[in-house]
Amino acid sequence: MQIIKDQQIIDDTWQYVADDASLVNGDICVSLARWQQDKQLLQSHDGKLGVRIGPADPVADIAADLSALQLVELDFPDFADGRLFTAAWLLRARYHFQGEIRATGHFMTGQVFYLSKVGVNAFCPDKTNDLPVVLANLHDFTVSYQNAIS
Amino acid sequence: MYQYNDLDQALVEERVAQFRRQTEQFLAGEMPEDHFRALRLRNGLYIQTHAPMLRVAGPYGLLNAQQLRKLAHIARHYDKSYCHFTTRQNIQFNWPKLEQVPDILAELATVQMHAIQTSGNCMRNTTSDHLAGVCVDEIEDPRPYCEIIRQWTTLHPEFDYLPRKFKMAVSGALHDRAATQFHDIGLHLVKNADGVVGFKVLVGGGLGRTPVIGQVIKPFLEKKHLLSYLEAILRIYNLFGRRDNKYKARIKILVRETGLAEFSAMVEQEWLLIRDHNELAAERINKVIAQFAPPAYEADAKLDTSFAQHQQSNAAFASWVQHNTADHKIAGYRAAYISLKAPDSPPGDITDVQLDVVADLTEQYSFGEIRATHRQNLILADVKQADLYPLWQALAAQQLATPNIGTVTDMICCPGLDFCSLANAGSIGIAKEINEALDDIDYLHDIGELKINMSGCMNGCAHQSVGHIGILGVDKKGTEWYQLTLGGSSENEAAIGERLGPAVAKDQVTQAILTILDVYLKQRLEDEPFLDMVNRVGITPFKEHVYANH
Repeated sequence: MQIIKDQQIIDDTWQYVADDASLVNGDICVSLARWQQDKQLLQSHDGKLGVRIGPADPVADIAADLSALQLVELDFPDFADGRLFTAAWLLRARYHFQGEIRATGHFMTGQVFYLSKVGVNAFCPDKTNDLPVVLANLHDFTVSYQNAIS
Repeated sequence: MYQYNDLDQALVEERVAQFRRQTEQFLAGEMPEDHFRALRLRNGLYIQTHAPMLRVAGPYGLLNAQQLRKLAHIARHYDKSYCHFTTRQNIQFNWPKLEQVPDILAELATVQMHAIQTSGNCMRNTTSDHLAGVCVDEIEDPRPYCEIIRQWTTLHPEFDYLPRKFKMAVSGALHDRAATQFHDIGLHLVKNADGVVGFKVLVGGGLGRTPVIGQVIKPFLEKKHLLSYLEAILRIYNLFGRRDNKYKARIKILVRETGLAEFSAMVEQEWLLIRDHNELAAERINKVIAQFAPPAYEADAKLDTSFAQHQQSNAAFASWVQHNTADHKIAGYRAAYISLKAPDSPPGDITDVQLDVVADLTEQYSFGEIRATHRQNLILADVKQADLYPLWQALAAQQLATPNIGTVTDMICCPGLDFCSLANAGSIGIAKEINEALDDIDYLHDIGELKINMSGCMNGCAHQSVGHIGILGVDKKGTEWYQLTLGGSSENEAAIGERLGPAVAKDQVTQAILTILDVYLKQRLEDEPFLDMVNRVGITPFKEHVYANH
């Protein structure tokens, strides 16, 4: 499958492992619940680690673990739920997370410019067909009134 | 007034281009309807009963002549030759075609206007005092801070998908003319014990289904912290505001359910983490203040004697001066209201022809600038007293000089069932009927200051709950009924009106209003204003008479 990362269409190397599935080789992403339960075990996994969070998950819950993570996935159940915009901002601006922040699930292609401004650098849209639109929309604006994330 | 720089201009143009692409995608079937809905709302576009409705932002109500002419042009070429001023100092077009909206937005961009965030669950147009900069009771002109907030809120990437809409108002005077106690955030410029001017911050006010008076969350905020403090409130709201029920999603419910003390502590904690990174530099504030420098007032304006003479010899002019003009901080100048409440015109509506005339008058008599008021009128803020007479004549020729500002027929009114898909009941028709019943201007002036606000549904766009008399349209098994309230106020002594009794039928509303006025005239003490009398005697005497035959 393909996604957009750092303004390029690339092959996705990550696999999301459901809570009831057994771990697989390679780069894996798990739910916040699974991360909290199996943290020790997961940290000995041979491959990169990511955690998927939803709008109701407090980012503070993974703040202390961010150095062990290379990916935080923001999973949109509904594009209208704006809490994940703040989650992204907190990850970058408050907790200085340097890894990948990926939007997934039901976000809109019309939201990717804003998402990029709060620190999201990877996008996995609903439909693969949307990849070129997402790429184009990242350049919707050349100007902004708000401070860039440092 | 504030003039766009290259950044401002690029931003509105890029926004138009973005919306044009989105509209094309939608019309080509490449974008789901719910996505387009969210995006068009954030560009001011509703789909209404008859046609789309486009709401254009009037930044803190301030417009110039060129912008008025553009509104006239849009009304003429894209609409049915009129537009409507709203209670939040915005402008609405009721009949644009969806596929032409990008063109309309492009036209607006050429005169430094836009429709960004005039609807949707995001930060809306910041409103202010229509007498800002000219009133006699001002601590500091609020408009530069409105402009700073306008920029900060516009396309804010983190806060565009809030639990619900979010409205702010700023007042810089002792008398609150901006209804700041009924906004999600209300800001008052205040002077502290050391003589330093800063902001008193109110939070959680609002109208609509559950009217709530805002509470003070910060008695004094230094100016340099304005944006960081707003950011802290918005972040807490974005994270914790309810999203499970849209009727409980406004910040007023979060504040109430959390408790002001706990909510304040959450905001404070967030603010302490960000305030040093996001200070508003004094140079930046001063640069914006410089854009609102007073116009070149003439020192000898007060020497004019014609103004007094015309008032003496022309009773109609004198009446207009008394009711439709306001004191100005500069001797020899007055602020002149343009009443958009002519008897046979829907409240707040203005035609393309009137807009063009007003644009000329704005240039001729008020330094090219005009303001929209939150009671749906316009005001020329800087008119020399010698110019008031010719101004009045020109306005009268356009039916724009009805001397009814602040009186019963200066009603606030939403578009109601005639246009709005949310409404349960008509409002324009009732306004017309009340107007016709009150066609005696002397009677109106005898009643004096009385604010009637009428909304066609619970959403309360016309602020009925803070009307001295509030009228709320409700649907009862498919017929239109109207609930009356008395004693509301959006000013300093903020109050939510008390329900008079059961809703009355559509054909009984005007009679009920006339009865209320009659009770007032019979029972008032000397010059006691209506609101004062309601506060003194309560609603019982009114109730007894309105429901006497039931």
